Amino acid sequence: MTFNIYDLTTFFQWVDEFLRGAMAPAWAVTIEWVLIGLGYLLFFAVMGLFLVYAERKVCAFMQNRIGPNRVGLYGFFQTIADFVKLMMKELIPIKQCDKFLFNLAPFIVVIVSFLALSAIPFGPALHAIDLDIGILFVTAVSAMGVIGYLLAGWSSNNKYSLVGGMRSGAQIISYELSVGLSLMTIIVLAGTMKFSEIVELQAAGWFIFRGHIPAIIAFILFLISSTAEVNRGPFDLAEADSELTAGYHTEYSGIKFGLFYVAEYMNMFIASAIAATVFLGGWMPFHITGLEGFNHVMDFIPPFIWFIGKTFFVIWVIMWFKWTFPRLRIDQLLTLEWKYLLPINLVNILIMSFLVLMGWHF
Amino acid sequence: MEEIINSRVQDIEVQDYHINIGPQHPSTHGVLRLVVSLKGEIVENLQPHCGYIHRGIEKMCEKDTYPQIIHLTDRMDYLSAHMNNHAVCLLVENALEVEVPERVKYIRTIMDELNRIASHQLFFGTFANDLGATTCYMYGFRDREKVLDIFEQSTGGRMLQSYYTPGGLMRDIHPEFQKNTKAFIKYFRKKIKEYDRILTGNVIFQQRTKNVGILTKEDAIDWGVTGPTARASGLSCDVRKHHPYSAYDKVTFNEVLIPEGDTFARYMVRMHEMRESMNIIEQLIDNIPAGDYSAKMKPIIKLPAGEYFERVETARGVLGVYVISDGNKNPYRMKFRSPGFCNLGVLNKITSGFKIADLIAIFGSLDLVIPDIDR
Repeated sequence: MTFNIYDLTTFFQWVDEFLRGAMAPAWAVTIEWVLIGLGYLLFFAVMGLFLVYAERKVCAFMQNRIGPNRVGLYGFFQTIADFVKLMMKELIPIKQCDKFLFNLAPFIVVIVSFLALSAIPFGPALHAIDLDIGILFVTAVSAMGVIGYLLAGWSSNNKYSLVGGMRSGAQIISYELSVGLSLMTIIVLAGTMKFSEIVELQAAGWFIFRGHIPAIIAFILFLISSTAEVNRGPFDLAEADSELTAGYHTEYSGIKFGLFYVAEYMNMFIASAIAATVFLGGWMPFHITGLEGFNHVMDFIPPFIWFIGKTFFVIWVIMWFKWTFPRLRIDQLLTLEWKYLLPINLVNILIMSFLVLMGWHF
Repeated sequence: MEEIINSRVQDIEVQDYHINIGPQHPSTHGVLRLVVSLKGEIVENLQPHCGYIHRGIEKMCEKDTYPQIIHLTDRMDYLSAHMNNHAVCLLVENALEVEVPERVKYIRTIMDELNRIASHQLFFGTFANDLGATTCYMYGFRDREKVLDIFEQSTGGRMLQSYYTPGGLMRDIHPEFQKNTKAFIKYFRKKIKEYDRILTGNVIFQQRTKNVGILTKEDAIDWGVTGPTARASGLSCDVRKHHPYSAYDKVTFNEVLIPEGDTFARYMVRMHEMRESMNIIEQLIDNIPAGDYSAKMKPIIKLPAGEYFERVETARGVLGVYVISDGNKNPYRMKFRSPGFCNLGVLNKITSGFKIADLIAIFGSLDLVIPDIDR
């Protein structure tokens, strides 16, 4: 293991031992939970704000514009200013809506993306929970986000919102299949669902290279279907600003809208992070077998940077096609999933299983 | 018990699922209200409600003199302001039988075509934006800016120029007008290929627009549809071709006709029309004759008593101007036949049975300007 210099396991073990030595084990665990929770909260907020800024800059770059450039250097603090504005805005109460569900919906969406975020490995030992069924957990949890969208659409007492919620229900539930199946292709190759093991297995080469063509197909399918699952263009039918004004969050104002907004970006981050982890080696540096010097140079780049770099590359690809393609129609969206992506996925898994059985993968 | 439930069920009044698109909606491009009854996502019936931006332009015209009326026509279809001015100017000139200098005719034709290009560029942007392709919007606006710069140089106005006056022009063209226009055409011939690359060839775009909102030629005639919308149904209705005015009889150009009549055809007609407009400008720009930029007109223009009608081809269709004069310096009654109003009428016919997303696409492809509908 050459990347030990950046391994934080010893540091975390030291913290754990120190806390356990100073107080009762129950207290130590509680404090660790709080610390981890605060860490994730901070990461969630900073990353959400940064992604909003990044999207505005990327989109400006693609549209011959400059983008935010007033608040701070290169407009870097623009989203913080926006966030403060959203915090201070009035939360407009709505008559004749289901107040409980209406207020609950944004929190469900945010909680779901928190849960999914917790299972993602950011680096060696930078991992909140390393479940044996990591991938299954993430797909299961992120599918729950649809409850938030449906509740928001239903409880707003707004017809646009209802149509938007209805669309997002149909869309997310359909595309969940493709997301799961394309990940399944790699699980067949890896033989495990545990994120840490999946990353370790890619030390010799990333799965997208090792799995022949089925892995590349699975990567493309995952990109398409996860974009649809996180409600981003060209699959942003649930929002569809030119058709349904803002879809399921039309009636939300102030920070409640902000929660939806940040959750959308975090969902994109999670989808990209999974793509980076499962297909592009996660925090594992880029290695070419045989080139020792090159591999050593790659090892000097911290794993966290590798992870963030790969994730941002995928995010950039997702943004790229959001700002290029027109939006699909609801029937075309469902046709794409059920008539094209799903059959391709099934055949792809079959081919991958065959390759693994014959031992033809690298 | 069951009887009670059944009677209760019968008491429930079944209503259509109505949804208001507009007056504040990003895709109505203004304050138009469409009351749409839906069945799930499918549009069953649609009723446009106009009047949210009714400013009483026709009534205001009755108290204005003819040179003043020009400024009101700008505000109808603000994306083809030059053409609107043109209609009133032609009407006054024909009524008074004034011979307009050749130079004026050439400049007016060039300006009209530049305005048509600018309008279609904006159509490209907004139509793509309605379909969710936001980048095209910026492409359209980037190139429209160049046309507006040319307008600003010569006329002083960017959008509402009020450049034409009865008998001629407000002022002569800028000395660099010809050079800049030629430079723009050279630039835009390259850029229009970019439009095709980003949108026309896109699979999603073609799926979204082909076979959607089909307007047959017969329906187009029945509903009085004109302009690019009608030409996309194969209906030859170009006033520039059938009743040439100004310098249109001196140029050769094709009337773009596409028989399909779907949303994609309406989009393609405008794409081709931009190229045709560039051809027209290229034929005229080097041959602008020398001379006066305005005919001698009396200080107070009075039309002889009678009825007058004149029409021009704007970027949206046929704009008709109808005037009843009682011999005074202002008209007794003025009526505009605006292309947008007639084209809006056909919307219900061609959207029923399609989805909400299609409704937005079809509405965008009609390229309506709401102040033109309400006046």
